[in-house]
Amino acid sequence: MGILWMLVPLALALSGIAVVAYVWAWRNRQFDDMETPAYRVLFEDGAATRRGPRANGEAVRGKEETP
Amino acid sequence: MTIERFRYDDDIVRKFVWATVIWGLVGMLVGVLIAFQLAFWKANLGIPYLTFGRLRPLHTNAVIFAFAGNSFFAGMYYASQRLLKARMYSDKLSRIHFWGWQLIIVAAAITLPLGITTSKEYAELEWPIDLAITAVWVVMAINYFGTIFKRRERHLYVAIWFFIASIVTVAVLHIFNSLELPISMTKSYSVYAGVQDALVQWWYGHNAVAFFLTTPFLGLMYYFMPKAANGPIYSYRLSIIHFWSLIFLYIWAGPHHLLFTSLPDWAQTMGMLFSLMLIAPSWGGMINGLLTLRGAWDKLREDPILKFMVVAITFYGMSTFEGPMLSIKSLNKLSHYTDWTISHVHGGALGWNGFLTYGMIYWLIPRLYGRELYSKKLATAHFWMGLLGILIYMLAMYIAGVTQGLMWLDFDSDGYLKYPNFVETVKAIVPLYWIRMFGGLLYLGGALVMLYNVVKTIAGVTVPEDTEAEAAPYERKPLVGSFHYRLEAAPVTLTVLATIAILIGGLAETIPMMAIEANVPSISSVKPYTPLELAGRDIYIREGCNNCHSQMIRPLRAEVERYGEYSKSGEFVYDHPFLWGSKRTGPDLHRIGGKYPNLWHLRHMEDPRAIVEDSIMPAYAWLLENKMNLNDVQAKVKAMKHLGVPYDRDTVTNAKTLAEAQAEAIADDLAASGIDGMQDKEITALIAYLQRLGTDIKK
Repeated sequence: MGILWMLVPLALALSGIAVVAYVWAWRNRQFDDMETPAYRVLFEDGAATRRGPRANGEAVRGKEETP
Repeated sequence: MTIERFRYDDDIVRKFVWATVIWGLVGMLVGVLIAFQLAFWKANLGIPYLTFGRLRPLHTNAVIFAFAGNSFFAGMYYASQRLLKARMYSDKLSRIHFWGWQLIIVAAAITLPLGITTSKEYAELEWPIDLAITAVWVVMAINYFGTIFKRRERHLYVAIWFFIASIVTVAVLHIFNSLELPISMTKSYSVYAGVQDALVQWWYGHNAVAFFLTTPFLGLMYYFMPKAANGPIYSYRLSIIHFWSLIFLYIWAGPHHLLFTSLPDWAQTMGMLFSLMLIAPSWGGMINGLLTLRGAWDKLREDPILKFMVVAITFYGMSTFEGPMLSIKSLNKLSHYTDWTISHVHGGALGWNGFLTYGMIYWLIPRLYGRELYSKKLATAHFWMGLLGILIYMLAMYIAGVTQGLMWLDFDSDGYLKYPNFVETVKAIVPLYWIRMFGGLLYLGGALVMLYNVVKTIAGVTVPEDTEAEAAPYERKPLVGSFHYRLEAAPVTLTVLATIAILIGGLAETIPMMAIEANVPSISSVKPYTPLELAGRDIYIREGCNNCHSQMIRPLRAEVERYGEYSKSGEFVYDHPFLWGSKRTGPDLHRIGGKYPNLWHLRHMEDPRAIVEDSIMPAYAWLLENKMNLNDVQAKVKAMKHLGVPYDRDTVTNAKTLAEAQAEAIADDLAASGIDGMQDKEITALIAYLQRLGTDIKK
């Protein structure tokens, strides 16, 4: 099966990159903050021009629960 | 710090939303039609292009790639721009993605009814369309990663990861499962054969469910559920655990589609175990979604959007519980090939994908058009119609599946099959097919109510300008030492990690199968198909016979009793592609060869009810009229030889003559029974193929 000769090197190359990349992932500190990203999603852009519902900054529920 | 002002591309979201609405209706309409055909065979209309075998792939492709696909893209474009604080990398690429994808769908809608198909489930589209899919997908990926690179928000919210994993994995799955050798513009053969083709197919097939219908929608859930509930996701930490564990486990579960087949036992067991493990991340995700509503459950009474989303997430939980249960061998013995599987997938598709999509659309429309929804009452009505439709559908199919499964396995006290006639087990569930169709109609009706509601909402509206936003730029380190810089960029890391996770799983499954020859024991009496049989096999594929008939007898007493010797992997080594099937609306055909005379097959194809009174199979009368095309039979044999099928030189050079001689012999036999002039008709090639099936092992 010729496909093997494509799959195996592909996998090995990718796993090599993965090890390096994993180290850098921590350095990038993507996983450091586990709280604020969940809230940041809720803020709407362009509130001034928005005519849709919940444009007037209804209080974000649960905000006060965060330490 | 400077603040940049920019606008999001809302127009592309509107485009995808409309595509979702329209293709959803088309896909569901075809679904209702084929449900009707199963309840009432005359609904096949005697038109080749509209038979169940050809329309079923159209239904699945339309709802998966057109309805769910466009929904995924709509939500992805909306959420990602806002999460990344950036307009899409290129408006032009966004539009190429949109129009390219719609063209592919149109191409599918034309080619599938024409019988242009590879026969591999959810990958039926032929190679030119496969190439187009790849091209459009790459355009989307460039556009997406480009946006990530120019983002203004350093942190990548969990939804983005789900989208990245989906984009990367679907690309890998699609390419490797679609490797095929073209014969003409409309015909190709899978490069893999038999058990290996089956493994690659279900590695793809299962992960199409995972990475086209699950991870993208989880991305949508993690964005739109908090938005609709106006509160943060229950646990952000859990969402990250959910993501990594899910993508790592999902890729291993494919073989659960092949339990009790001739796939080696170790692979079956592995698929079963990983499927069971999948409950953990799936339910973690479900709980995370549902608990987002903590302290605000009262809103559920008022808000149809939340109703849709909460029920969608509940269906996600139920499907991801039922799935692992069905992956347990002892239960799968009962459920496999029955409508239980159909019930299961519709819980996922109608409940999870459909309802999340509807919730999202009702949330998006007012924001995309700057006007309140026309009627909340109608949205609520849509919700109840949809929910009732799903429940009726699923319950009917669940009962049908269990009933038929039990009947297939049942023995009487003398040790004979209690229902030796397959059609008895079909007759028993036809009433349930009617009920299922009613459930589907109700769900479709709900979707029509939404169309009306949305049209009323936007009637006469001035489409608002693109949403304006402000954000500080994401200050990266200068581009010196650019190798390090690139490695440091989180999106690359995440992409690579996701790719690694899925590849490790995928390779662990495919490599041993391809490398260890012992997994496919060769049987010396198994020989390649003759040129005529090959031509017949392609007619079988064209008509989509594999959508209702399996060619895989499981090593169970009831099956051996009913169909004959169970199927061995060595019998399929020349099957490019494999045609094991996944559903038995009709009986298994692997040992059909030599069971009945040629005349039986001719009569049966012409009018199934002339042979089996209560059959629900469509008539294939045109096979007795269509001239068989043997002009490309040599190209076909050549292609097979190229793929490793050991045809001798004589067979290749004289393929057409050999085919004609064999056709002559069958025609003579038919002529002796009073049917003349069949030597150049398609039915003869099909009979040749059917009479060959499963006979080699007896030699």
